Amino acid sequence: MFQLLKQIVKTGIKTEAYPQADEALRAVAQRLQSEVLKNFSGALTIRHVDAGSCNGCELEINALNHPYYNLEGLGIKFVASPRHADLLLVTGPVSRHMETALKRTYEAMPEPKLVVAIGDCGCTGGIFGESYASCGKVSNVIPVDVAVPGCPPPPFAIMQGILTALNARRTPVPREP
Amino acid sequence: MKIEGYNLDFFGIPGAVPALHATVDAAQWRETCRRAAFDGGRLVALWGCDDSDIGKGPAVHAALLVRPGLMVITLPVADGRYPDVSDIFPAAGRMQRAACDLFGLVAEGATDARPWLRHAAWPEDAFPLRKDFSGHQSPVSGRSGEADDYPFVQVGGDGVHEIAVGPVHAGTIEPGHFRFSVVGERVLRLEERLGYKHKGIEKRFEQMDLLQGARLAGRISGDSTVAYAWAYAMAAESATGATPPPRALWLRALLLERERIANHLGDLGFLGNDAGLAFGLAQFSCLKEDMLRLNHALFGHRYLMDVVMPGGAACDISADDIGRMRSECDALEQSVALLKGIYDEHPGLQDRFIACGRVAPELAAKLGLIGLAGRASGQAWDLRAEYPCAPYGELEVRMATHRNGDVAARVTVRFEEVFESLRLTRLILDRMPLGELSLPVPPAAAGAFGIGWVEGWRGEVFVALEAGPGGRIRRLHPHDPSWQNWPLVEHAVLGNIVPDFPLINKSFNLSYSGQDL
Repeated sequence: MFQLLKQIVKTGIKTEAYPQADEALRAVAQRLQSEVLKNFSGALTIRHVDAGSCNGCELEINALNHPYYNLEGLGIKFVASPRHADLLLVTGPVSRHMETALKRTYEAMPEPKLVVAIGDCGCTGGIFGESYASCGKVSNVIPVDVAVPGCPPPPFAIMQGILTALNARRTPVPREP
Repeated sequence: MKIEGYNLDFFGIPGAVPALHATVDAAQWRETCRRAAFDGGRLVALWGCDDSDIGKGPAVHAALLVRPGLMVITLPVADGRYPDVSDIFPAAGRMQRAACDLFGLVAEGATDARPWLRHAAWPEDAFPLRKDFSGHQSPVSGRSGEADDYPFVQVGGDGVHEIAVGPVHAGTIEPGHFRFSVVGERVLRLEERLGYKHKGIEKRFEQMDLLQGARLAGRISGDSTVAYAWAYAMAAESATGATPPPRALWLRALLLERERIANHLGDLGFLGNDAGLAFGLAQFSCLKEDMLRLNHALFGHRYLMDVVMPGGAACDISADDIGRMRSECDALEQSVALLKGIYDEHPGLQDRFIACGRVAPELAAKLGLIGLAGRASGQAWDLRAEYPCAPYGELEVRMATHRNGDVAARVTVRFEEVFESLRLTRLILDRMPLGELSLPVPPAAAGAFGIGWVEGWRGEVFVALEAGPGGRIRRLHPHDPSWQNWPLVEHAVLGNIVPDFPLINKSFNLSYSGQDL
């Protein structure tokens, strides 16, 4: 136990400064209205659905909750059910076998149903494209607000995408690393 | 060429993998499998193909591990039926079901004839990987949006009930369905249903040439991108007769070990977290993140995608880079040793790890458990040690093995493999030869066949490639070790309680994408 506590103290706080929102990532600019933002009360819950990715994007989404990025420190939290989620984070081209599950997850969400598509595959279908087994990009299946390119996009880009969807409701306070 | 014990004519397959190829008839198909199993061999992969475009019929291939190396046998099946071998190699069951979904090739005598990769995206009488399949761009069945009805095995009796989980899970993981039959909290039976991520990777390869295929190969399972890219490059080089320069091979080994360390660090963190020690996740994820950042700085990609290419590697390292990686090794070794001490001495953690999700060595041998999970269940086999390709022959990999087969053993194997990979990394950095980084790959002759076989962090990744006219890929089968290991997860959870499933599943950490293709 002593070693564990010593290691915690020695490690200290690793969280780095947060990125700014990037309006260039927004796919549908008018969707986010001020009354919608009011509902979040400064906190956002996310449900992630892997709709057919290679699992590269999942590695980066997992990294968001690590000490360096500390997404929860921004009041943004991953939840286990779409019914608790304000925002849906979707990775991968949507495989036809995941089409139903993705639509049902989207339907189960309460309004305003924000959707952020992650990665080149989510944005365009990527290298897998459209085929007998793949529906291609996420917006072919459900409406998308923000699309974050990259293969996979690094955690900062994903944070930027989420913050763009959240808009200026909560101005991130830059912190010293 | 002859091999003792097998009455077949073999031809050597050129390339880095010691491999032989033979065409067999239906009786020899079973006899060869039986003989290989009798000699202690196992099934590496089984896949179908359709040669109707070159005037032949469909065929089924199997790669078997035998003493001299890999043995690839091909059985032409004019009527689309071939003898089942899942009674000899249980791992063949799902591979045969996949061959049926994709090619309509039926394993006669197989006890389980349910579809495996096919859900509702294409009808029962359409076979996407046949050459005459016309559904490249659009859905073939109007039912792709529907959920289909899969006949799960029912467990009866007093107090038995089912828990259905997935395909969308509670955390950030890949989609798949798990059907638990439980009494109270205890698991009586688990049945997996995968295939949700099937996105037509094998068909996509057939629209590409050898160079384009390298990018796709690196995206079959993103966490094993180096293993796949190397296995693919090996197959492409085997088919074209190219030999990559020594420096490229050493660089590939360096990248493969970096991938292994990064994934093991991530898993060790998550395993601590799943057993209630969030401290472990925080610590290990910082170590992993530092490593990913160095990857980005040195190789231009956090997960090392697109660095290994057919003919060599796409990125070189300088003397300064070598220095940075050396100090990284020193720092990592120190931190991981400290954290191992904390894990080992944490009673709460060990209580969750020990005897949880046990796969006994006998069961592992019978069902063909491989890779990291296999080594934790007494299956002492590591491709880097058994059939070392350059540069592993000079590095003398020390395999980590344990016999307990529980979560604790899989954690220990990961710790030991991190230390071993750090040792290998130092050796590679010391001995890396100078010279060319890549050589041009000559065009592949139509019909040229090549294979690649690489021990990734999860287990062995196998790639079989057949070239078509004009440097195109005619057929490519990438095989993930998860094919062999997923069925063992069903056994590992038996008798455990449902809340231990996430921990057990994580301790295997298998790929959905690599299996679903």
